[in-house]
Amino acid sequence: MSRISTALSAPFAPVRAYFRKHRSFGIFVGVALLSIALPLLTRVPPFDGIQSTNAWVNAFTTAAIYAMLAMGLNVVIGFAGLLDLGYAAFFALGGYTYAFVASPFTGVHLPFWPMLLAGGVVGAIFGVLLGAPTLRLRGDYLAIVTLGFGEIVPITLMNADKFTDGVNGIGGIDKPSIPGILQFTLTNPWPMYGLVIALFALIMIMIYRLQDSRIGRTWDAIREDELAAESSGVNVVIAKLQAFAVGASIAGIVGVVNAAKITIVTPDQFRFAVSISVLAAVVLGGMGNTIGVATGAFVIYLFQSILLKQLNTLVENFNIPVLNQIDFLDFQYVLYGIVLVLMMLKRPQGIFPARRRMREFAPLKIGKRGLK
Amino acid sequence: MLRARGVTRKFGGLIAVNSVDFEIPRGSISAIIGPNGAGKTTFFNVIAGIYAPTAGTIELDGKPLISPPTGAGREPILLILPTIPFIALAIYSLLVVGGDTGLVEGVASVAAALLGFVGALLLNIIRPAWYNRLIKRIGVTRPARPNDMVVAGLARTFQNIRLYKSLTTLENILVGMHVHMHGSFLGALFKSRLVREEEAAAEQRARELLAFVDLAGMENELAKNLPYGKQRLLEIARAIASRPKLLLLDEPAAGMNPRETEEMTALIRRIRDELGITILLIEHDMRVVMGISDHITVLDHGEKIAEGLPKAIRTNPKVIEAYLGRGAAAGH
Repeated sequence: MSRISTALSAPFAPVRAYFRKHRSFGIFVGVALLSIALPLLTRVPPFDGIQSTNAWVNAFTTAAIYAMLAMGLNVVIGFAGLLDLGYAAFFALGGYTYAFVASPFTGVHLPFWPMLLAGGVVGAIFGVLLGAPTLRLRGDYLAIVTLGFGEIVPITLMNADKFTDGVNGIGGIDKPSIPGILQFTLTNPWPMYGLVIALFALIMIMIYRLQDSRIGRTWDAIREDELAAESSGVNVVIAKLQAFAVGASIAGIVGVVNAAKITIVTPDQFRFAVSISVLAAVVLGGMGNTIGVATGAFVIYLFQSILLKQLNTLVENFNIPVLNQIDFLDFQYVLYGIVLVLMMLKRPQGIFPARRRMREFAPLKIGKRGLK
Repeated sequence: MLRARGVTRKFGGLIAVNSVDFEIPRGSISAIIGPNGAGKTTFFNVIAGIYAPTAGTIELDGKPLISPPTGAGREPILLILPTIPFIALAIYSLLVVGGDTGLVEGVASVAAALLGFVGALLLNIIRPAWYNRLIKRIGVTRPARPNDMVVAGLARTFQNIRLYKSLTTLENILVGMHVHMHGSFLGALFKSRLVREEEAAAEQRARELLAFVDLAGMENELAKNLPYGKQRLLEIARAIASRPKLLLLDEPAAGMNPRETEEMTALIRRIRDELGITILLIEHDMRVVMGISDHITVLDHGEKIAEGLPKAIRTNPKVIEAYLGRGAAAGH
């Protein structure tokens, strides 16, 4: 088997070697190819029978948004090893930030593009605010505090009626536009698809670069052994806050995009279930592996939003009275549970386990100055 | 080079280290020995910044490095200070101005006070260097942290090896180089030239260090997959990677066979001779200690009972008594 696979992959070796060296370009090309291939795939059976291409593209957009959230959460959990159960809070803060400055509710209409950055900054600030008091906590204790934070944010947004319109949320949020060229609309999913895909590639490139930098190594170090990291000169406080800030700012940016996409934010969109499904995606995809968790999240979203719906129609065709009464969408979380338990038993490292990047061997040359 | 004066560390009522004076000459290999529970590791951890001393100071190259924390009671003042003007403003608006405008102003001031408090709290937690200098002015000294010691030029290994187990050996060394790399956050995002050059140079030096401890060719092995002896070597290489002036080795030859012990002794000598790093070690194995130390300090029950050249220590009756009991010392 392995010989066959080696033989099959042999012609691609130079390509792979090239992309290993130029990874950012490789990610860009890969995401671009996939983003073209996916809509094309929806034109062929059996996918074309399920829903229109526009509906598919819309679903891909939302799936990519989930995938970005998973990549962001993976920085906190997979890289730095800090269990964060309140990740949806940062998603909410990003969304509400954009809603405040670009909706009829406040009457302010700022342009979309700089607000992407603002969402990131707001996320980072709250990430640090959550991170600072919890620095000494580990594992379960940290999980409980972040869980609390994740609940506080939507509940506050719900109860601050005067400023957020409570449970109704803020509607009529501005769609992005490129003045004079392109106006994003609710009926045409393609511009938003393009924006989300571009952002997806950008975030993935940024995360990979951070992971390979000295900052990424400090995250690895504190995840592996905090005391040893300190004794290697790593400032644990800064490293943890950086991880929280990076993860939260990604959620903030994605929150802005999400608010602009569906044009309404309500506290209900950001409940605990969101944090949990993103976490499930991270665990399923393989903690610490950026591409793995992104793929995991993408597939999980498509699975739950399309396949489960399809299951209902499929079962109706069989016309078995007992099964007809079951709405499979209600069993989403049961399925999550079963899949997670199976994963923990059979493949605890995730579908795509994180692998250390092997460094090409460069022949050793001791410099003139030697080791000093 | 390193000088400890009257270092004391108490754990509750237990005095683990009692008023130890201690000096390490530059370029020497010094050892601390003593029976179990003598306070060696505690003393070591005080130097490494893990425990703050209860009393006494430690200097490195004549500059104060570690002193007992003081003025902890004054720190809350710093948290409240930035909120005071806003609280005053809030009281003024609510009581003197009054009415609707007063209420709005009052709420705004309270919010500002809260922001000031949060800001001060963040500074208190993050502790930038300038903040430490500022609080020193009002008499507050924070306990040193291990990472501050690394910046000052101390590096250490652990008695029970503490590697980053699921990182490769090369990455372990790269983490050790952390304090001498300066790539910024944005630099990493945009892969600036500085970052690229720094990474390449660091990787090159990491390979050299691995070759130095005889681990060449194992760059991509995960640390946990190395045999025990090689893990020790890797840990030492990681410590050297931070370019320390003083290397602290906690039982470097523990659990090694005679041949490995010999190699370890040779390596310790080479670190001193070729890299010019001063070495302080704790060791149980007398062959190692007597073989390589220029200078030995003996601790017992937290107190220094002897110090000097290996030869003198070997025949010192107090030392023999501490190790073997009174009878053995008398019979000698």
